[in-house]
Amino acid sequence: MRQRRKNLRNGLLFVMPWLIGFSFFLAYPTIASLYYSLSVYDMFTPPKWNGFGNYWELFHDPIFWISLSNTFYYAIFAIPLGQVIALLLALLLNTKVKAMPVFRTIYFLPTIVPPVVIAILWLWIFNTRYGVLNALLAGIGIRGPNWLGDPAWAKPALILMSFWTVGQPMIIYLAGLQDVPQQLYEAAELDGANWWQKTLRITLPMVSPAMLLNVIIGLIWAMQIFTLPYIMTGGGPMRATTFYALYLYENAFQFFKMGYASAMAWLLFIIILTCTLIIFKISSKKIYYAGK
Amino acid sequence: MFKSVNVRLRNNRLQTKGKIKAILRIWIYIVLIIGAVSFILPLAWMVSTSLKVDRQIFVFPPVWLPNPVRWMNYVDAINYIPFLTYTLNTLYVSTLSVLGALIFSSLAAYGFSRIEWPGRNLLFILVLGTMMIPLPVYVIPLYVVFRNLHWTGTFKPLYLRFWFGYPLFIFLLRQFFMSIPKELSDAAKIDGCSELGIYWRVILPLSKPALAVVALFAFLYSWQDFLTPLIFITKQKMFTLSLGLQQYQAQHGGTEWNLLMAASTLMLLPIVVIFFLAQKTFIQGISLTGLKS
Repeated sequence: MRQRRKNLRNGLLFVMPWLIGFSFFLAYPTIASLYYSLSVYDMFTPPKWNGFGNYWELFHDPIFWISLSNTFYYAIFAIPLGQVIALLLALLLNTKVKAMPVFRTIYFLPTIVPPVVIAILWLWIFNTRYGVLNALLAGIGIRGPNWLGDPAWAKPALILMSFWTVGQPMIIYLAGLQDVPQQLYEAAELDGANWWQKTLRITLPMVSPAMLLNVIIGLIWAMQIFTLPYIMTGGGPMRATTFYALYLYENAFQFFKMGYASAMAWLLFIIILTCTLIIFKISSKKIYYAGK
Repeated sequence: MFKSVNVRLRNNRLQTKGKIKAILRIWIYIVLIIGAVSFILPLAWMVSTSLKVDRQIFVFPPVWLPNPVRWMNYVDAINYIPFLTYTLNTLYVSTLSVLGALIFSSLAAYGFSRIEWPGRNLLFILVLGTMMIPLPVYVIPLYVVFRNLHWTGTFKPLYLRFWFGYPLFIFLLRQFFMSIPKELSDAAKIDGCSELGIYWRVILPLSKPALAVVALFAFLYSWQDFLTPLIFITKQKMFTLSLGLQQYQAQHGGTEWNLLMAASTLMLLPIVVIFFLAQKTFIQGISLTGLKS
């Protein structure tokens, strides 16, 4: 009994720093944010209760809807295409040829580039007149668009750019591929299976847990995309890249509409949770867990 | 006679199979090289631009090899942007982040793995759950809290989140600590070691690989962070590299691409060096964080 009390005391002491940080810098702000979302608050005068006024206002705010649809547009294209590219690269990097470590290093390198550097570098690459991308396109006879200046091309440009940094999902897929027991392929070969059948029946099911993880990480990340559009386009042209987090930041730290921004934040939280649950639900029957 | 025909047939088949494999291998190399070139091209373009003289920047078609090579761009970039100040600020924040992450995440991970106490697993689920909460949800009240503490305009908001046990790192270290045999702790206890003693003398020395992952990622996160400095740093002399570079771009962007690329290259350089020195730790860290499913 004394040992148990001692253990409880010791355990709590060890996790105390986390517990303090959690209470003051996460739990309290999360609850406070819910309260702010139901108030009018400008940070200089105390919050005034407003009920669901902020949410009501949001539903009638055209820019809110634009930011939401921009964000979904980005997520719907960037995540699935990014996953396909990451998986194909992982398959490629899992083949047994010489100098593979060199290739793996090169493919992963862009992923460690700081976001600010990515943003500034790609601003230059996307430059309409002197950018290297349009020069390459001109080389094969295509007149490149005004990437970041054209409302129709700004989002595709950001999506295209996101494929440059697929290193993280790629490595997670690669780790998944390396865990596939080799006997499975040998057995399938004996039965006369071809490459396509092996990929479809063995590889894909075996990496499906990695895929679920990557999709969910990708979703949480895509719904909050901020730094790159903030630096590269500032939300323009014509609101084409005003993503959810950008509009939230604008309301909070430029207009000081803290209550309004908090309502946006909570809606974002609910949207992310709902999407995650839907993905779990859809995938629950299709995911293969070894040993279960 | 029949037999020899059979053998020849099989040899033929093996030969064609070998040929197909060789052709396949060549194709794999071709695709690998095309991929590698497209991944490296943007970085090559960055370095190339960083060495150009002004009149070589705005030309079409673009020139890949700068001629003449102007190394002075790097000196100019450092002088135009208070690069040294920004670097020192960033280093200060990164160092404190790494220290805090190493000490307090490992303490919490120890409490969550090596001591049995009621409510432990419930609290640990809470740790994992907090990783799901998006930053925008709590950042506004957090700003108010930090302002009331007079912490806005200081470096504290930038590194303190690593001083209160960073959930991802707690998770990572806990998984590692769990794999260390319990007998080691028991033996140390018999020798009169306290929990803190076991943590310091037994568990930490055995966990160097996991601690390396934590240190590396804490460094990386704080070195690259843009949003936190954007919100909490107010004075220019306290800018980190991320914020300083962005501010410079916002003011002078569109013209001095060579200086911007030089500054960008300088900011990337330490990360690339660390990446090449600690590649194994990097890859390990990414796959470890991927194990949380």
